[in-house]
Amino acid sequence: MTAEDQAHRDGEQPVLELRHVSTHYGLVSVLRDVNVRILRGEMVCLLGGNASGKTTTLKTILGYVKPSDGDVLLDGEIVTGLPTMQLVARGVSMVPENRRLFSNMTVAENLELGGYLRKDKDKLAADREQVLQTFPRVRERLKQKAGTLSGGEQQMVAMGRALMADPKVLLMDEPSMGLAPVLVEQVFEIIRQIRALGKTIFVVEQNANMALSIADRGYVLQTGEIVLSGDAQELLNDPLMRQAYLGEL
Amino acid sequence: MAEGTDLQPAPSPATARLGRLQRLPLRRLIQIVLAILIIGFVVLGTYKTLNLPPDERYDPSTWKAFVISGVAQGGIYALIALGYTLVYGVLRMINFAHGEVFMMGCFASFFFADAYASSGLLNRHPFYALAIIFAIAMLTSCLIAMLLERVAYRPLRNSPRLVPLITAIGASLFLQNTAFGLFGPQTQAYPVPDVLGGDRTWTILGITMQRIQVVVIVTAVVAVIGLTLFISRTRTGRSIRAVAEDREIASLMGIDVDRTIMITFALGGLLAGVAGVQFGLTFGQVSPYIGFTPGIAAFTASVLGGIGSIGGAALGGLLLGLLQAVGPPLLFTGFNIPAPFQLQDVITFSVLVLVLIFRPGGILGSGEAEKV
Repeated sequence: MTAEDQAHRDGEQPVLELRHVSTHYGLVSVLRDVNVRILRGEMVCLLGGNASGKTTTLKTILGYVKPSDGDVLLDGEIVTGLPTMQLVARGVSMVPENRRLFSNMTVAENLELGGYLRKDKDKLAADREQVLQTFPRVRERLKQKAGTLSGGEQQMVAMGRALMADPKVLLMDEPSMGLAPVLVEQVFEIIRQIRALGKTIFVVEQNANMALSIADRGYVLQTGEIVLSGDAQELLNDPLMRQAYLGEL
Repeated sequence: MAEGTDLQPAPSPATARLGRLQRLPLRRLIQIVLAILIIGFVVLGTYKTLNLPPDERYDPSTWKAFVISGVAQGGIYALIALGYTLVYGVLRMINFAHGEVFMMGCFASFFFADAYASSGLLNRHPFYALAIIFAIAMLTSCLIAMLLERVAYRPLRNSPRLVPLITAIGASLFLQNTAFGLFGPQTQAYPVPDVLGGDRTWTILGITMQRIQVVVIVTAVVAVIGLTLFISRTRTGRSIRAVAEDREIASLMGIDVDRTIMITFALGGLLAGVAGVQFGLTFGQVSPYIGFTPGIAAFTASVLGGIGSIGGAALGGLLLGLLQAVGPPLLFTGFNIPAPFQLQDVITFSVLVLVLIFRPGGILGSGEAEKV
């Protein structure tokens, strides 16, 4: 953890925090002493190349993998290794890599599944309306099977589905992965729209330039360790960053 | 030959002329020959049967009866087939013990039916007695299906797919032998209330049917519609579809995957219980072995319709029931075979093999073969 990061909105309780998290797959160490703090309303990105441990970080947060050391905290409460279902119930949602919509179901059903655990019917209806207002294209497609949508529309539905849970923190796993450059622009525009709703977002991305251009702060992961962190603008201009990460692209 | 051409000797002029034929994959060629043979046999058998001398021929009302009994039999198959298809949908696994789940339901209800028959309740209040008998069968099959899932399949969920398949066969033998030991090997008479007796008929839309056939057809239709609505409209149904499509993402929605899979087994069990009573009432008998043949037939029906598809299971059940009822008299009587109706299982297995060869995905399926 850099000094700058520690000073950032010091004393405030993060929505999501990784404290000295290490994760192993068998004997292979994938994450080593990872510290991440995400504050309310912030958009934070986790950058890194292939096999740097980005996806494992998300899996550790969501309880798919148990860390060998360290803790995951949600609103100050330790949630390390809880079953995924309970983490979702406590307010963690994820937009998975490659969208992974239920393609045989309608768009409306996909959205409803996003709010599967919610009991507050009125607020749920309001959130659904907000999603549909943010993405008017999704409203047009409500009755269509999700598998028949274009890539960009599917990304909107995937985001909308995650928003339907009214999450405390929204995780995104490589939203630009495998998309054509035009679509990448479109996806980051969608993320910008979600940010404008005041959501707390944690994005895992390879596309550092894109991610940093819309994020508040960033962390750079290299072979399982955080090597750089700080303000998004500063990271973009940081010569170390260019060397360590952007240079590789 | 498509493969290994390097190892072939240079083609002689005679084989060169056959070039175009050779380019057809051998598998395709066998399929075509097989299809021609089968179509030829079906046409010939049908022709011979329909041109029998008038005194040996079946009259139209007999044909009508064959069709109706086929539809009723199809209803029973459809209900069992739905159990195979539901479980396959969520786990991509064939629950080969499902026939035994059906048998256990039939047996459990038999004890109640037998007691009601000897106390006279069955004939005094047939409606209430039947309601209890159905409920007992459904409850028993449901519990056994859930137990199977919990004990035999859940611990193996992340094993290679062959492992739960073998366990399923083991569970099937376990249940069959349990029934054998506890209830005895003999075939026992399943009591049928007088109102549903074999000679009592109802006439619906000008078609005269045995009452039991009407009951079977109506309950099967209601069950299929009910299940379809449940799967498509309810929150639980939606979670079942979500687990079927993508288990990991379903858990990411907060769906309890274990519970959902358990519910799927329970639904299959409920339907198998209904089928168990229908079977008992239709054939008037029960034994520890009744699970095997209808189980395989229903499995065939679900493959025929397209395994994983609810509509497919219903359609496959109906078609197989019809094929079994109409097939033997239509195809075999013309050949003067002594006992054509004993060949009904031959038809079942022929259908299974033919579907797997020609359209592994089934009628409503994708047409793609899926390894079990």
